[in-house]
Amino acid sequence: MLNTTDILETIQMIQNQNLDIRTITMGISLLSCADSDIDASCEKIYEKITRCAKDLVQTGEMLEMKYGIPIINKRISVTPIAMLLAASGGDPIKYALALERAAKQVGVNFIGGYSALVHKGFAAGDRALIESIPEALAKTNHVCSSVNIGSTKAGINLDAVGMMGQVVRRCSEITADRQCVAASKLVIFCNAPEDNPFMAGAFHGAGEPDCVINVGVSGPGVVRAALAAAPDGLNITEIAELIKKTAFKITRMGQLIGSEAAKRLQVPFGIVDLSLAPTPAIGDSVAHILEEIGLEQCGACGTTACLALLNDAVKKGGVMASSMVGGLSGAFIPVSEDAGMIDAARSGALCIEKLEAMTAVCSVGLDMIAVPGDTPAEVISAIIADEAAIGMVNSKTTAVRVIPAVGLKDGEELEFGGLFGTAPVMKVNRFSPAKFIARGGQIPAPLQSLKN
Amino acid sequence: MRAVLTVIGKDKVGILSKVSSKCADCNANIIEVTQTILQDLFCMIMMIDISQINCELSELVYQMQQLGENAGLAIHVMHEDIFNSMHRI
Repeated sequence: MLNTTDILETIQMIQNQNLDIRTITMGISLLSCADSDIDASCEKIYEKITRCAKDLVQTGEMLEMKYGIPIINKRISVTPIAMLLAASGGDPIKYALALERAAKQVGVNFIGGYSALVHKGFAAGDRALIESIPEALAKTNHVCSSVNIGSTKAGINLDAVGMMGQVVRRCSEITADRQCVAASKLVIFCNAPEDNPFMAGAFHGAGEPDCVINVGVSGPGVVRAALAAAPDGLNITEIAELIKKTAFKITRMGQLIGSEAAKRLQVPFGIVDLSLAPTPAIGDSVAHILEEIGLEQCGACGTTACLALLNDAVKKGGVMASSMVGGLSGAFIPVSEDAGMIDAARSGALCIEKLEAMTAVCSVGLDMIAVPGDTPAEVISAIIADEAAIGMVNSKTTAVRVIPAVGLKDGEELEFGGLFGTAPVMKVNRFSPAKFIARGGQIPAPLQSLKN
Repeated sequence: MRAVLTVIGKDKVGILSKVSSKCADCNANIIEVTQTILQDLFCMIMMIDISQINCELSELVYQMQQLGENAGLAIHVMHEDIFNSMHRI
C-alpha cells in the first residue's frame, strides 16, 4: 500500500505548487519530404505532420485525466526547414505557412523548426531562410524559429551573428503593434541541442529518428516549497541534497508521462529534459528558489553561485529518475516568464550583465529579455556574440532571445500576457561594437585543453 | 489496474456513502480505505480497482470532481502509477 504522506505530497505538489508537465513535444523528421518543387514539398510536409501527430493532443489530454497532472503544452519540432529549402529553393514563407496550417490542423500550441544551422558557414537555403524569419514569424502564430550560429567544435560564425542582430530588430519592428511578438519566437543558439522539447528553440536534428516523443518537466514551485518547509539552519550541502531529491520526484513524472505517451502513439520515447521552467504564476519562479536559498533578491552578489548549485542538483536528481536525458536540461531564467525575475529587474537588482554571468552556469541563456526599442542591430549582434562565446568556451548550450521593445525605453514594460508574462525593458550598454561586428568571418574554435 | 481516490475537505455527514455509491455505480471495487484528520481537514484515501469499471477512467474522474464540487470537497482520482513512479525507485 502506498504511504498516505506520499500520496498527499504528490497531490499537494500538483494542486498548490504548480507541478506540471511543461510540454510533450513530438519530433518529426521532414527529410523524407524534400522535393525539388517547393509546393510539392509543402504538401508532403503537411501530410506527414498531420499523419504523425494526429493523436498527439488527444493523447496528452487523456494522460492528463488518467494521472491527474496538467500537461501544459503539446508541441511539434521538425527538421530545420533550411535543409528542405536547400533542395527546393523558392519562397521560404511557403514552408512557414504549411507548418502553420499543419499546427492548426492537429491543434498543437507551437511548432518549432523554422531553423537554420550555420555555425560553420551558410549552405544553400540558409541565407534565404534567415532573411525570411521576420516575415514568417509575423505571418504565423504557431511557428517558432531558431538559428545556430556557433559551436564548441566550429567556433562562431560572425557573419551570421551580424545578420541575426538585424533579423531580431526586424522581427520586433514588423510586429510592433503586437508587443513585438515575432522576436519572442526566435532563438539564436550556440551548441543547439537536437532533441530540445522547449520552444522557441525546438527543432528535430538530422541525427534523430523519424518520429520521437520528448518531454520537458517543470516544477520551480515544488523546489521552492521544499526549501521553504525545510528546517532553518541547513547548510548548503543539505540544501543541494534536498533539491536533488525534489528534482528526482519531478523528473519521475516526466519519465512516466513520456514513456506512456510514446507507447500510446507508437513512436520511440526520446528524452526527458530535466528542466526547472518557471511561469509568471505566483509560486512558480526560479528566482524565488534562489531567494529561498538566502539572497535578498535575485541578482544580488551570490546569485551565480546559488544558481550553479541549483542547476547541478537538478541534473543530479533528474539523471537518476530518467532512462534518457537530453535537451536543455537545467534551470531556465527567462526574465519575463518568472515573477521573481520581473521584480528583480524592476527593482534594479538584476541587470543584463548579471544575467549573462548566470547563463555561464545554468541552462540556456539570455532569455525573454526586453531591451530598449532604439537598441542598434550591431549591439544586439554583440550581445549574441558574447553569449555564444560563453557557450563555445564552456562546451554548453547558450542562447539569446531578446526583444527590442519598439517605442519603449529602459524602465518601461512590455506586456505579453499568458505564459510569456511581462518584460521590464532592461538597460543596455550603449558603447558601439559596430566595427567588431562588421568585420565578419569566423571566430576560430577554442582549444579544448590547457583549461584555465 | 488501480487508482487512488482522495477526498480532502471539511468533515461532513455522508461523504463516505456518497463516494462509495458513485464507485459502485461505475463498478469500481474499493480495496482499501484510510481516513485521517489533518489540521481539522477530513482526509480520506481509497484504493480502488478500476480494471472492471463500466465507463472510461476520465468519466469517473469527471464525475468524482463534480461530486466534490457539489459537496465543497476536493476529490481527485489518479492512476496509482503516478504515486508509484514518484515515490518508489
